Amino acid sequence: MAKPTTVSPESAALDVSTPAGKKPLAGLGGPAGWLDDRVGLAKLGKHNLRKVFPDHWSFLLGEIALYSFIILLLTGVFLTIWFKPSMAEVQYMGTYQLLRWQPMSEAYASTLTISFDVRGGLLVRQIHHWAAMLFIAAATVHMLRIFFTGAFRKPREINWLIGIGLMSMALIEGFAGYSLPDDLLSGTGLRFVDGLIRSIPIIGTWAEFLVFGGEFPGTIIVARLYMVHILLVPGLLLALIGAHLALVVYHKHTQYPGPGRTEKNVVGYPLFPVYMAKAGGFFFIVFGVTVLMGTFLSINPVWKFGPYTPNQITAGSQPDWYMGFVEGAIRIFPPIEWHLGHTTWSWQIFLPGVGMLGLLFGALAAYPFIEAWITGDKSEHHLLDRPRNAPTRTAFGVAGVTWYAMFWIAGGNDILANTFGGSLNDITYAMRVAVWVAPVLAFIITRRVCMSLQRNDQERVLHGAESGVIVRTPDGGYYEDHMPIPVDEAFTLTQHPEHPALEPTPAADENGIPMPARVTKRRAAVRDWFFRANLAKPTADEVAEAHSHGGGAHEVEASDEQKAVSQH
Amino acid sequence: MSERASRRRTRRSPFRRAALIGAALAVMGGLSAIASPTISQASPLPTEVSSGQQLFTKNCASCHGLNGEGVKVNGTVIGPNIQEAGAAAVSFQMSSGRMPMAGQQKQSRRTTNTFSAEEIKAVAEYIGGMGTGPGIPTDSQYSTSGLTAEQIAKGGELFRTNCSACHNYAGKGGALSDGNYAPPLTGTGVTNQEIWEAVRTGPQNMPVFSPTQLSDEDVSTVIAYLSEVNSSSDSGGYSLGGIGPVTEGAAAWIIGIGGLVGFALWIASRGARAR
Repeated sequence: MAKPTTVSPESAALDVSTPAGKKPLAGLGGPAGWLDDRVGLAKLGKHNLRKVFPDHWSFLLGEIALYSFIILLLTGVFLTIWFKPSMAEVQYMGTYQLLRWQPMSEAYASTLTISFDVRGGLLVRQIHHWAAMLFIAAATVHMLRIFFTGAFRKPREINWLIGIGLMSMALIEGFAGYSLPDDLLSGTGLRFVDGLIRSIPIIGTWAEFLVFGGEFPGTIIVARLYMVHILLVPGLLLALIGAHLALVVYHKHTQYPGPGRTEKNVVGYPLFPVYMAKAGGFFFIVFGVTVLMGTFLSINPVWKFGPYTPNQITAGSQPDWYMGFVEGAIRIFPPIEWHLGHTTWSWQIFLPGVGMLGLLFGALAAYPFIEAWITGDKSEHHLLDRPRNAPTRTAFGVAGVTWYAMFWIAGGNDILANTFGGSLNDITYAMRVAVWVAPVLAFIITRRVCMSLQRNDQERVLHGAESGVIVRTPDGGYYEDHMPIPVDEAFTLTQHPEHPALEPTPAADENGIPMPARVTKRRAAVRDWFFRANLAKPTADEVAEAHSHGGGAHEVEASDEQKAVSQH
Repeated sequence: MSERASRRRTRRSPFRRAALIGAALAVMGGLSAIASPTISQASPLPTEVSSGQQLFTKNCASCHGLNGEGVKVNGTVIGPNIQEAGAAAVSFQMSSGRMPMAGQQKQSRRTTNTFSAEEIKAVAEYIGGMGTGPGIPTDSQYSTSGLTAEQIAKGGELFRTNCSACHNYAGKGGALSDGNYAPPLTGTGVTNQEIWEAVRTGPQNMPVFSPTQLSDEDVSTVIAYLSEVNSSSDSGGYSLGGIGPVTEGAAAWIIGIGGLVGFALWIASRGARAR
């Protein structure tokens, strides 16, 4: 027989005991105090709520992507309640008369049901689709901002790579969603991807059978894509977004250069209350814009496309914009095929399709490391570059954007031909040339523009800003008076580091002892080329001299002009 | 100097002559263009066929030959043989303003038709009498009245199977190779009769669909589907041209990203701001 338990009346368990220490939220009482007792809310909040962020409109681009993603999660949950990811054939008997009695997949029928029979269903579908377009577009402009300001440099390379991962996941996510409704357009897109998979040499057919569970279209692809679309990729996206933001917090946000801003501080306002208000407000603005677009602009009218059958197609079959560059590459790629023995090696889909995706993401992922190798820069950077002060990088970026845009245009060659009355073939031939020529032109022009902008900065530092006042001298000459710029602006224009050319390490020192090549000739040459368009900053002497000429640099310029006038 | 000048003058003179001839032709052509409708209206026509023949001789024969046998100049076809084209083809080409063509084009475009229905019918019957091509349809052949909703839905299926590849899912048209195009089937001027005639006669790049492929009733259901799908108001809002994802992508970038960047600029310039 077990002993009865005894309860000691003076057991310590009955005493209320709390660890000693300050309780900043104790005064609040209620839920805040309750939470502070349990999870240390005050400490958490103190650490994170007062975190300082710098202020600039271009830092909000990533937020657009984040908010679009939240909208996608919210609207996506709504859509999963009614969507049926099944390719089983049913006869549609819903509201939309023009497809009634038609045989179609359950997936398409349920999409029609969402569009016409679920209250608010079409609106949510359209918000979801617009948010998806905005999500990837915002991520793209955010990425461009990071690129052009050099925010990918040490220590943020890993976050750049996470961003590239996010971008590729977003593309897959968008494509999977585009393919789910099983309408004529989405089926055509699936057929396109089927072709991409099959184009992989040797394993193509097996890969197709693996993905589609047999020949295209099979009966399982919609269910599989559904899993990819609502579970696998969103999970990965969420995890990567978490890591992306955690690293932003860990590294602290970059800031544009300016007086008082150094590599060791962040000048801005705290998260609470300033950015909570701004960011929270911006979320509602993004939500509002997306809802307005979903309300007033039709997107993907699946009921007009009809159910997917492999023997049907519509003119103007294009993917959503983010896959347009692959579409364009495939449209303009010349037919290249090898016939070796009794085998056929077809490259016209594989190279532009799989190759383009690999090339774009490969080049984006590799760029920070390539630039670091070229410049030999191993220091940390928390101050952003003004794009003009990194002319070669900026030129690379614009060339890349141009290159991408050319493939974009090529992807809509039929729409362009039909809208503007041109010939589809002429556009195709022109784009075959343009994808090579336009980026080179863009590179050269951008570098020149950056140099001109640097010269303009120099001009402002040395001679001041144009005052807008034209002065006539007694002997009939004219000049525009210049005013000195504020010291803060002069600092901003001249704070960037200079990159003097490196001398290649000589093969041997003065005693004839071979030296390890710290700077190879090739490295020195590439680095020199990379920084060639960086103009030297005016020295302190030059600034002083320019300012000392009779109280202002404008006098120097004026007298030059007077000379020029009097010589005529 | 004077010799060179005179040589230049002699070299220039053929052009001047050509220009003069051209100007004269333009004046005469303009006059005849003004005068011809009055003539055809003024003189009462004995029978339709003979008036059709007259109209044909006046408006079509320069390219298609006096008997519709076609005209070739130095091996180039100026106008094809249309003896077997049928009355429906003539009716389609003339009523849509595609014929007579203003000049040699890759593909004749829809223009304003200047002929009366009787004149077109006369020419059509004149050409139709030469061969065995399809005749002008009667109203009942393309009439959409009395079609059930199920039949119209079936017409949509037929449209997507046979037509949307070139004409787009809602008949907005699309590009073909080399500057050719499939014209839009909607919008002003396209009549049900024209659609029927085009299906049966295959104008320009279009294939011919015989009654064994698409019966008259099938064609009627396609016509009915087209008008239904375009007349029902766009459930999703403004259709952005109804030509698919290209314009949607443009809207996402210009309206969406453009607008949101504008808001971002606004937010960053308001309130507490780090300088």
